Amino acid sequence: MRTVISLKNLRSQFVRDVEEISGEDLLACNQCGKCSAGCPVAAAMDMLPSQVIRMAQLGMTEVLQSRTIWICASCLTCVTRCPKGVDLPRLMEALREISLRAGASEINLDQLPPDLVRELPQLAIVGGFRKYIK
Amino acid sequence: MMKIPYYPGCTLSTKAKGYDRSGRAVAAALGMELVELPDWQCCGATFPLATDNSMALIAPTRVLYQAEQTGEQVAALCAICYHVLKRTQTALERDPAMRERINWFTEQEYGGRVRVVHLLELLRDSLGWEELARRVVRPLTGLRAAPYYGCLLLRPYEEIGLDNPEAPTILHDLIRALGAEPVDFPYNTECCGSYLTVKDPTVSETLSRDIVASARAAGAQVLVTACPLCQFNLDWPQRETAFGRTGEEIPILYFTQLMAVALGLPEEDWGVEGMYTDPRPLLRNVAQAAGAVPHPTPPPSAAGEG
Ligand code: SF4
Ligand code: SF4
Ligand code: SF4
Ligand code: SF4
Repeated sequence: MRTVISLKNLRSQFVRDVEEISGEDLLACNQCGKCSAGCPVAAAMDMLPSQVIRMAQLGMTEVLQSRTIWICASCLTCVTRCPKGVDLPRLMEALREISLRAGASEINLDQLPPDLVRELPQLAIVGGFRKYIK
Repeated sequence: MMKIPYYPGCTLSTKAKGYDRSGRAVAAALGMELVELPDWQCCGATFPLATDNSMALIAPTRVLYQAEQTGEQVAALCAICYHVLKRTQTALERDPAMRERINWFTEQEYGGRVRVVHLLELLRDSLGWEELARRVVRPLTGLRAAPYYGCLLLRPYEEIGLDNPEAPTILHDLIRALGAEPVDFPYNTECCGSYLTVKDPTVSETLSRDIVASARAAGAQVLVTACPLCQFNLDWPQRETAFGRTGEEIPILYFTQLMAVALGLPEEDWGVEGMYTDPRPLLRNVAQAAGAVPHPTPPPSAAGEG
Protein backbone atom coordinates (compact mmCIF):
# COMPACT_ATOMS: atom_id res chain seq x y z
CA MET A 1 0.00 0.00 0.00
CA ARG A 2 1.39 3.40 -0.99
CA THR A 3 0.82 6.09 1.59
CA VAL A 4 1.67 9.73 1.31
CA ILE A 5 2.59 11.27 4.62
CA SER A 6 1.95 14.97 4.58
CA LEU A 7 1.64 17.73 7.12
CA LYS A 8 -1.81 18.40 5.73
CA ASN A 9 -2.98 14.92 6.80
CA LEU A 10 -1.20 15.07 10.14
CA ARG A 11 -3.19 18.17 11.00
CA SER A 12 -6.40 17.25 9.28
CA GLN A 13 -9.91 17.65 10.62
CA PHE A 14 -10.02 13.86 11.00
CA VAL A 15 -7.11 13.91 13.46
CA ARG A 16 -8.66 16.78 15.37
CA ASP A 17 -12.00 14.93 15.56
CA VAL A 18 -10.35 11.76 16.81
CA GLU A 19 -8.43 13.69 19.45
CA GLU A 20 -11.49 15.60 20.55
CA ILE A 21 -13.80 12.59 20.84
CA SER A 22 -11.21 10.35 22.49
CA GLY A 23 -9.66 13.06 24.65
CA GLU A 24 -6.30 11.47 23.82
CA ASP A 25 -3.04 12.92 22.51
CA LEU A 26 -2.32 10.60 19.57
CA LEU A 27 1.36 11.55 19.37
CA ALA A 28 1.95 10.32 22.91
CA CYS A 29 2.14 6.81 21.45
CA ASN A 30 5.72 5.81 20.60
CA GLN A 31 4.76 2.57 18.85
CA CYS A 32 6.29 0.24 21.40
CA GLY A 33 3.73 -2.44 20.52
CA LYS A 34 2.89 -3.50 24.06
CA CYS A 35 -0.84 -3.01 23.45
CA SER A 36 -0.80 -5.37 20.47
CA ALA A 37 1.27 -7.97 22.32
CA GLY A 38 -1.30 -8.30 25.08
CA CYS A 39 -4.57 -7.75 23.24
CA PRO A 40 -6.73 -10.85 23.78
CA VAL A 41 -8.69 -10.25 20.59
CA ALA A 42 -5.70 -9.58 18.30
CA ALA A 43 -6.09 -12.93 16.52
CA ALA A 44 -9.47 -11.85 15.15
CA MET A 45 -8.27 -8.41 14.03
CA ASP A 46 -7.18 -7.38 10.54
CA MET A 47 -4.90 -4.72 11.96
CA LEU A 48 -3.12 -4.59 15.32
CA PRO A 49 -4.14 -1.99 17.92
CA SER A 50 -0.74 -0.27 17.63
CA GLN A 51 -1.24 -0.05 13.86
CA VAL A 52 -4.64 1.54 14.37
CA ILE A 53 -3.19 4.34 16.45
CA ARG A 54 -0.30 4.77 13.99
CA MET A 55 -2.75 5.26 11.14
CA ALA A 56 -4.78 7.68 13.20
CA GLN A 57 -1.61 9.67 14.00
CA LEU A 58 -0.90 9.95 10.29
CA GLY A 59 -4.43 11.05 9.52
CA MET A 60 -5.14 7.98 7.40
CA THR A 61 -8.94 7.83 7.25
CA GLU A 62 -8.66 4.28 5.80
CA VAL A 63 -8.41 3.16 9.41
CA LEU A 64 -12.19 3.56 9.59
CA GLN A 65 -12.51 0.57 7.24
CA SER A 66 -10.60 -1.66 9.63
CA ARG A 67 -12.44 -4.52 11.31
CA THR A 68 -10.28 -3.97 14.39
CA ILE A 69 -12.22 -0.97 15.68
CA TRP A 70 -15.33 -3.16 15.87
CA ILE A 71 -13.57 -6.21 17.28
CA CYS A 72 -11.95 -4.34 20.16
CA ALA A 73 -13.91 -5.50 23.20
CA SER A 74 -13.02 -2.48 25.36
CA CYS A 75 -11.41 -4.89 27.80
CA LEU A 76 -8.95 -2.19 28.90
CA THR A 77 -5.95 -4.53 28.99
CA CYS A 78 -3.89 -2.28 26.72
CA VAL A 79 -4.51 0.92 28.67
CA THR A 80 -3.52 -0.89 31.86
CA ARG A 81 -0.17 -1.74 30.29
CA CYS A 82 0.67 1.17 27.97
CA PRO A 83 3.94 2.76 29.17
CA LYS A 84 2.82 6.11 27.71
CA GLY A 85 -0.59 6.16 29.33
CA VAL A 86 -2.43 6.09 26.02
CA ASP A 87 -6.09 5.12 26.38
CA LEU A 88 -6.47 3.03 23.25
CA PRO A 89 -10.05 1.90 24.02
CA ARG A 90 -11.05 5.57 23.96
CA LEU A 91 -9.37 5.92 20.58
CA MET A 92 -11.22 2.84 19.29
CA GLU A 93 -14.47 4.30 20.60
CA ALA A 94 -13.74 7.60 18.85
CA LEU A 95 -13.22 5.79 15.55
CA ARG A 96 -16.44 3.80 16.08
CA GLU A 97 -18.28 6.98 16.98
CA ILE A 98 -17.11 8.74 13.82
CA SER A 99 -18.44 5.82 11.79
CA LEU A 100 -21.68 5.49 13.76
CA ARG A 101 -22.39 9.20 13.54
CA ALA A 102 -21.94 8.91 9.78
CA GLY A 103 -24.61 6.20 9.71
CA ALA A 104 -22.74 2.92 10.18
CA SER A 105 -24.53 0.07 11.93
CA GLU A 106 -22.62 -3.00 12.94
CA ILE A 107 -25.35 -5.29 14.21
CA ASN A 108 -27.68 -6.90 11.77
CA LEU A 109 -30.65 -7.83 13.90
CA ASP A 110 -32.02 -10.26 11.34
CA GLN A 111 -28.82 -12.24 11.31
CA LEU A 112 -28.45 -12.84 15.01
CA PRO A 113 -28.90 -16.56 15.76
CA PRO A 114 -32.38 -16.91 17.34
CA ASP A 115 -31.25 -19.45 19.96
CA LEU A 116 -28.60 -16.95 21.07
CA VAL A 117 -31.03 -14.01 21.20
CA ARG A 118 -33.39 -15.99 23.43
CA GLU A 119 -30.62 -16.69 25.91
CA LEU A 120 -28.50 -13.51 25.92
CA PRO A 121 -28.31 -11.72 29.25
CA GLN A 122 -29.98 -8.30 29.19
CA LEU A 123 -26.78 -6.37 29.70
CA ALA A 124 -25.25 -7.91 26.58
CA ILE A 125 -28.15 -6.63 24.51
CA VAL A 126 -28.25 -3.18 26.11
CA GLY A 127 -24.47 -2.79 26.02
CA GLY A 128 -23.99 -4.30 22.57
CA PHE A 129 -26.62 -2.09 21.01
CA ARG A 130 -25.09 0.99 22.58
CA LYS A 131 -21.66 0.10 21.29
CA TYR A 132 -22.44 -1.06 17.77
CA ILE A 133 -25.53 0.79 16.53
CA LYS A 134 -26.77 4.34 16.97
CA MET B 1 -28.84 -6.51 60.81
CA MET B 2 -26.84 -3.90 58.87
CA LYS B 3 -28.88 -2.50 55.98
CA ILE B 4 -27.02 -1.86 52.73
CA PRO B 5 -28.67 -0.12 49.77
CA TYR B 6 -28.45 -2.49 46.84
CA TYR B 7 -28.67 -2.03 43.09
CA PRO B 8 -29.54 -5.37 41.43
CA GLY B 9 -29.53 -4.14 37.82
CA CYS B 10 -31.59 -5.55 34.97
CA THR B 11 -29.69 -8.80 34.42
CA LEU B 12 -29.83 -9.93 38.04
CA SER B 13 -33.57 -9.28 37.96
CA THR B 14 -34.06 -11.50 34.92
CA LYS B 15 -31.49 -13.82 33.38
CA ALA B 16 -29.14 -14.03 36.37
CA LYS B 17 -31.69 -14.40 39.16
CA GLY B 18 -29.58 -17.08 40.82
CA TYR B 19 -26.79 -14.56 41.37
CA ASP B 20 -29.26 -12.17 43.00
CA ARG B 21 -30.82 -14.90 45.11
CA SER B 22 -27.54 -16.34 46.38
CA GLY B 23 -26.08 -12.85 46.86
CA ARG B 24 -28.91 -11.66 49.07
CA ALA B 25 -28.93 -14.95 50.98
CA VAL B 26 -25.22 -15.00 51.79
CA ALA B 27 -25.20 -11.31 52.71
CA ALA B 28 -28.10 -11.95 55.11
CA ALA B 29 -26.34 -14.97 56.58
CA LEU B 30 -23.43 -12.62 57.36
CA GLY B 31 -25.57 -9.94 58.94
CA MET B 32 -25.94 -7.63 55.95
CA GLU B 33 -29.36 -7.00 54.49
CA LEU B 34 -29.16 -5.93 50.85
CA VAL B 35 -32.05 -3.50 50.53
CA GLU B 36 -33.06 -2.96 46.92
CA LEU B 37 -33.26 0.72 45.93
CA PRO B 38 -36.95 1.70 45.94
CA ASP B 39 -36.85 3.02 42.41
CA TRP B 40 -34.17 2.21 39.91
CA GLN B 41 -33.51 1.86 36.19
CA CYS B 42 -30.91 0.17 34.01
CA CYS B 43 -27.44 1.74 34.26
CA GLY B 44 -26.90 1.47 30.52
CA ALA B 45 -24.40 -1.39 30.73
CA THR B 46 -21.56 0.58 29.13
CA PHE B 47 -19.44 3.40 30.43
CA PRO B 48 -19.15 5.98 27.64
CA LEU B 49 -15.58 6.28 26.36
CA ALA B 50 -16.26 9.22 24.05
CA THR B 51 -15.51 12.44 25.90
CA ASP B 52 -17.63 14.79 23.81
CA ASN B 53 -20.99 13.29 24.70
CA SER B 54 -22.33 13.08 28.23
CA MET B 55 -25.66 11.49 27.36
CA ALA B 56 -24.69 7.99 28.42
CA LEU B 57 -23.80 9.30 31.88
CA ILE B 58 -27.40 10.26 32.54
CA ALA B 59 -28.75 6.77 33.29
CA PRO B 60 -26.05 5.84 35.82
CA THR B 61 -26.29 9.28 37.43
CA ARG B 62 -30.01 8.71 38.00
CA VAL B 63 -29.12 5.48 39.78
CA LEU B 64 -26.58 7.31 41.94
CA TYR B 65 -29.17 9.96 42.72
CA GLN B 66 -31.64 7.27 43.81
CA ALA B 67 -28.96 5.77 46.03
CA GLU B 68 -28.15 9.15 47.55
CA GLN B 69 -31.74 9.50 48.70
CA THR B 70 -31.30 6.27 50.68
CA GLY B 71 -27.83 6.54 52.14
CA GLU B 72 -24.13 7.02 51.62
CA GLN B 73 -23.31 3.91 49.68
CA VAL B 74 -24.75 1.53 47.15
CA ALA B 75 -23.70 -2.08 46.67
CA ALA B 76 -23.74 -3.99 43.40
CA LEU B 77 -23.18 -7.62 42.49
CA CYS B 78 -23.13 -7.35 38.69
CA ALA B 79 -19.50 -6.51 37.84
CA ILE B 80 -20.64 -4.38 34.93
CA CYS B 81 -23.15 -2.35 36.98
CA TYR B 82 -20.38 -1.88 39.51
CA HIS B 83 -17.98 -0.76 36.77
CA VAL B 84 -20.43 1.68 35.20
CA LEU B 85 -21.63 3.17 38.50
CA LYS B 86 -18.17 3.46 39.99
CA ARG B 87 -16.65 5.08 36.91
CA THR B 88 -19.58 7.45 36.65
CA GLN B 89 -19.19 8.39 40.29
CA THR B 90 -15.44 8.98 39.76
CA ALA B 91 -16.05 11.02 36.61
CA LEU B 92 -18.60 13.27 38.32
CA GLU B 93 -16.32 13.70 41.32
CA ARG B 94 -13.42 14.78 39.13
CA ASP B 95 -15.55 17.01 36.89
CA PRO B 96 -18.04 19.09 38.89
CA ALA B 97 -19.04 21.00 35.74
CA MET B 98 -20.17 17.74 34.18
CA ARG B 99 -22.19 16.89 37.28
CA GLU B 100 -23.87 20.27 37.11
CA ARG B 101 -24.71 19.79 33.45
CA ILE B 102 -26.27 16.40 34.09
CA ASN B 103 -28.18 17.67 37.13
CA TRP B 104 -29.51 20.49 35.00
CA PHE B 105 -30.75 17.99 32.44
CA THR B 106 -32.25 15.43 34.83
CA GLU B 107 -33.63 18.10 37.17
CA GLN B 108 -32.34 15.99 40.04
CA GLU B 109 -29.69 17.39 42.37
CA TYR B 110 -27.15 14.61 42.61
CA GLY B 111 -24.72 15.73 45.31
CA GLY B 112 -21.92 13.40 44.17
CA ARG B 113 -21.35 11.70 47.50
CA VAL B 114 -22.39 8.07 47.02
CA ARG B 115 -19.75 5.39 47.55
CA VAL B 116 -20.17 2.55 45.06
CA VAL B 117 -19.10 -0.79 46.50
CA HIS B 118 -19.05 -4.38 45.31
CA LEU B 119 -20.17 -7.11 47.71
CA LEU B 120 -16.64 -8.57 47.42
CA GLU B 121 -15.30 -5.29 48.81
CA LEU B 122 -17.67 -5.43 51.79
CA LEU B 123 -16.63 -9.00 52.50
CA ARG B 124 -12.93 -8.12 52.40
CA ASP B 125 -12.99 -4.71 54.08
CA SER B 126 -15.97 -4.76 56.44
CA LEU B 127 -16.23 -8.42 57.39
CA GLY B 128 -12.71 -9.70 56.70
CA TRP B 129 -11.57 -13.08 55.40
CA GLU B 130 -10.83 -14.50 58.83
CA GLU B 131 -14.30 -13.71 60.06
CA LEU B 132 -15.80 -15.20 56.90
CA ALA B 133 -13.74 -18.36 57.44
CA ARG B 134 -15.14 -18.58 60.98
CA ARG B 135 -18.69 -18.45 59.62
CA VAL B 136 -18.15 -21.38 57.28
CA VAL B 137 -20.07 -24.44 58.40
CA ARG B 138 -19.43 -26.59 55.33
CA PRO B 139 -15.76 -26.10 54.41
CA LEU B 140 -15.32 -26.82 50.71
CA THR B 141 -12.28 -28.95 51.42
CA GLY B 142 -10.63 -30.35 48.34
CA LEU B 143 -12.66 -28.33 45.84
CA ARG B 144 -10.37 -26.84 43.22
CA ALA B 145 -11.93 -23.53 42.19
CA ALA B 146 -10.37 -21.19 39.64
CA PRO B 147 -11.09 -17.50 40.22
CA TYR B 148 -11.93 -15.71 36.98
CA TYR B 149 -11.83 -11.93 37.26
CA GLY B 150 -12.39 -10.82 33.67
CA CYS B 151 -11.96 -7.17 32.83
CA LEU B 152 -14.45 -4.71 34.10
CA LEU B 153 -14.30 -5.66 37.77
CA LEU B 154 -10.66 -4.58 37.84
CA ARG B 155 -9.95 -2.08 35.09
CA PRO B 156 -9.19 0.77 34.87
CA TYR B 157 -7.45 0.64 38.23
CA GLU B 158 -7.28 4.45 38.58
CA GLU B 159 -11.07 4.63 38.59
CA ILE B 160 -12.15 1.26 40.03
CA GLY B 161 -9.32 0.54 42.46
CA LEU B 162 -10.78 -2.73 43.76
CA ASP B 163 -7.67 -4.85 43.42
CA ASN B 164 -4.40 -5.20 41.54
CA PRO B 165 -5.48 -5.20 37.87
CA GLU B 166 -2.72 -7.58 36.74
CA ALA B 167 -2.43 -9.89 39.74
CA PRO B 168 -5.69 -9.73 41.67
CA THR B 169 -6.25 -11.80 44.80
CA ILE B 170 -9.72 -10.90 46.10
CA LEU B 171 -11.47 -13.98 44.67
CA HIS B 172 -8.50 -16.19 45.56
CA ASP B 173 -8.79 -15.04 49.19
CA LEU B 174 -12.52 -15.61 49.23
CA ILE B 175 -12.16 -19.15 47.86
CA ARG B 176 -9.50 -19.89 50.46
CA ALA B 177 -11.72 -18.55 53.25
CA LEU B 178 -14.42 -20.99 52.15
CA GLY B 179 -12.01 -23.87 52.60
CA ALA B 180 -11.57 -24.57 48.89
CA GLU B 181 -8.35 -24.43 46.93
CA PRO B 182 -7.91 -21.45 44.56
CA VAL B 183 -6.45 -22.61 41.24
CA ASP B 184 -4.23 -20.16 39.40
CA PHE B 185 -4.40 -20.14 35.64
CA PRO B 186 -2.89 -17.75 33.11
CA TYR B 187 -6.20 -16.50 31.67
CA ASN B 188 -7.77 -15.28 34.89
CA THR B 189 -7.87 -11.64 33.81
CA GLU B 190 -8.29 -12.24 30.06
CA CYS B 191 -11.41 -10.89 28.40
CA CYS B 192 -14.25 -13.29 27.53
CA GLY B 193 -15.31 -11.09 24.63
CA SER B 194 -17.90 -9.05 26.49
CA TYR B 195 -20.52 -7.45 24.21
CA LEU B 196 -18.94 -9.07 21.16
CA THR B 197 -21.25 -11.94 21.96
CA VAL B 198 -24.03 -9.86 20.34
CA LYS B 199 -22.05 -8.86 17.27
CA ASP B 200 -19.46 -11.57 16.61
CA PRO B 201 -20.47 -14.55 18.77
CA THR B 202 -17.79 -16.76 17.24
CA VAL B 203 -15.06 -14.40 18.49
CA SER B 204 -16.32 -14.39 22.06
CA GLU B 205 -16.89 -18.15 21.95
CA THR B 206 -13.28 -18.70 20.93
CA LEU B 207 -11.99 -16.46 23.72
CA SER B 208 -14.28 -18.13 26.25
CA ARG B 209 -13.35 -21.67 25.25
CA ASP B 210 -9.66 -20.79 25.67
CA ILE B 211 -10.32 -19.44 29.15
CA VAL B 212 -12.23 -22.53 30.28
CA ALA B 213 -9.67 -24.87 28.69
CA SER B 214 -6.86 -23.05 30.47
CA ALA B 215 -8.59 -23.38 33.83
CA ARG B 216 -9.26 -27.07 33.22
CA ALA B 217 -5.66 -27.66 32.25
CA ALA B 218 -4.63 -26.12 35.58
CA GLY B 219 -6.84 -28.65 37.36
CA ALA B 220 -9.92 -26.55 38.12
CA GLN B 221 -13.25 -28.25 38.84
CA VAL B 222 -15.20 -25.00 38.72
CA LEU B 223 -14.67 -21.42 37.57
CA VAL B 224 -15.73 -18.60 39.86
CA THR B 225 -16.86 -15.21 38.57
CA ALA B 226 -18.60 -12.00 39.69
CA CYS B 227 -20.04 -10.99 36.32
CA PRO B 228 -23.25 -12.22 34.65
CA LEU B 229 -21.82 -11.56 31.20
CA CYS B 230 -18.66 -13.53 31.96
CA GLN B 231 -20.87 -16.31 33.32
CA PHE B 232 -22.94 -16.39 30.16
CA ASN B 233 -20.01 -16.10 27.75
CA LEU B 234 -18.05 -18.89 29.44
CA ASP B 235 -20.98 -21.24 29.96
CA TRP B 236 -22.84 -20.72 26.66
CA PRO B 237 -20.26 -22.60 24.54
CA GLN B 238 -20.65 -25.52 26.96
CA ARG B 239 -24.41 -25.80 26.38
CA GLU B 240 -25.98 -28.96 25.10
CA THR B 241 -26.27 -28.77 21.30
CA ALA B 242 -27.43 -31.20 18.65
CA PHE B 243 -23.99 -32.81 19.03
CA GLY B 244 -24.57 -33.43 22.75
CA ARG B 245 -21.86 -32.51 25.22
CA THR B 246 -18.13 -33.04 25.13
CA GLY B 247 -17.90 -34.24 28.72
CA GLU B 248 -15.27 -31.57 29.30
CA GLU B 249 -17.67 -28.98 30.74
CA ILE B 250 -17.03 -27.43 34.12
CA PRO B 251 -19.55 -25.35 36.08
CA ILE B 252 -19.18 -21.56 35.85
CA LEU B 253 -20.29 -20.31 39.25
CA TYR B 254 -20.92 -16.97 40.87
CA PHE B 255 -18.82 -16.52 44.00
CA THR B 256 -22.06 -16.11 45.95
CA GLN B 257 -23.20 -19.62 44.95
CA LEU B 258 -20.04 -21.14 46.35
CA MET B 259 -20.50 -19.07 49.50
CA ALA B 260 -24.08 -20.24 49.90
CA VAL B 261 -22.91 -23.85 50.01
CA ALA B 262 -20.09 -23.13 52.45
CA LEU B 263 -22.27 -21.07 54.76
CA GLY B 264 -24.65 -24.01 55.08
CA LEU B 265 -27.62 -22.41 53.35
CA PRO B 266 -30.40 -24.63 51.96
CA GLU B 267 -30.20 -25.54 48.31
CA GLU B 268 -32.97 -23.11 47.28
CA ASP B 269 -30.62 -20.29 48.28
CA TRP B 270 -27.74 -21.53 46.15
CA GLY B 271 -29.50 -20.11 43.10
CA VAL B 272 -28.09 -22.73 40.76
CA GLU B 273 -31.08 -23.62 38.58
CA GLY B 274 -31.02 -23.27 34.83
CA MET B 275 -27.28 -23.01 34.24
CA TYR B 276 -25.97 -24.57 31.02
CA THR B 277 -23.53 -26.70 33.00
CA ASP B 278 -25.40 -28.00 36.02
CA PRO B 279 -23.23 -27.52 39.11
CA ARG B 280 -25.60 -29.36 41.44
CA PRO B 281 -24.08 -32.86 41.34
CA LEU B 282 -20.66 -31.48 42.24
CA LEU B 283 -21.93 -29.00 44.85
CA ARG B 284 -24.16 -31.58 46.55
CA ASN B 285 -21.21 -33.89 46.76
CA VAL B 286 -19.03 -31.22 48.30
CA ALA B 287 -21.77 -30.25 50.74
CA GLN B 288 -22.37 -33.88 51.65
CA ALA B 289 -18.68 -34.50 52.26
CA ALA B 290 -18.51 -31.48 54.59
CA GLY B 291 -21.49 -32.98 56.31
CA ALA B 292 -22.12 -30.36 58.98
CA VAL B 293 -25.66 -29.62 57.82
CA PRO B 294 -28.16 -32.36 57.00
CA HIS B 295 -29.07 -32.17 53.34
CA PRO B 296 -32.66 -31.53 52.22
CA THR B 297 -32.47 -33.55 48.99
CA PRO B 298 -30.79 -36.93 48.65
CA PRO B 299 -27.60 -36.75 46.54
CA PRO B 300 -27.99 -38.16 43.01
CA SER B 301 -26.34 -41.48 42.32
CA ALA B 302 -24.41 -40.11 39.34
CA ALA B 303 -22.68 -37.41 41.39
CA GLY B 304 -19.77 -35.45 39.96
CA GLU B 305 -16.19 -35.63 41.17
CA GLY B 306 -15.07 -33.98 44.38
S1 SF4 C 1 1.33 0.39 24.26
FE1 SF4 C 1 0.89 2.57 24.17
S2 SF4 C 1 2.74 3.52 23.41
FE2 SF4 C 1 2.89 1.33 23.01
S3 SF4 C 1 2.12 1.14 20.91
FE3 SF4 C 1 0.39 0.80 22.26
S4 SF4 C 1 -0.56 2.77 22.51
FE4 SF4 C 1 1.46 3.11 21.65
S1 SF4 D 1 -9.24 -2.68 24.79
FE1 SF4 D 1 -9.40 -3.36 22.69
S2 SF4 D 1 -7.39 -3.02 21.81
FE2 SF4 D 1 -7.19 -2.87 24.02
S3 SF4 D 1 -6.52 -4.91 24.60
FE3 SF4 D 1 -8.75 -4.84 24.80
S4 SF4 D 1 -9.55 -5.55 22.88
FE4 SF4 D 1 -7.41 -5.07 22.57
S1 SF4 E 1 -24.93 -3.26 33.87
FE1 SF4 E 1 -26.39 -4.35 33.21
S2 SF4 E 1 -27.14 -5.76 34.42
FE2 SF4 E 1 -26.25 -4.09 35.30
S3 SF4 E 1 -28.08 -2.74 35.21
FE3 SF4 E 1 -26.79 -2.19 33.75
S4 SF4 E 1 -27.53 -3.14 32.06
FE4 SF4 E 1 -28.33 -4.08 33.69
S1 SF4 F 1 -14.65 -10.79 31.14
FE1 SF4 F 1 -16.05 -10.25 29.68
S2 SF4 F 1 -18.00 -9.85 30.58
FE2 SF4 F 1 -16.55 -10.10 32.11
S3 SF4 F 1 -15.96 -8.10 32.58
FE3 SF4 F 1 -14.62 -8.73 30.93
S4 SF4 F 1 -15.46 -8.27 29.11
FE4 SF4 F 1 -16.88 -8.14 30.71
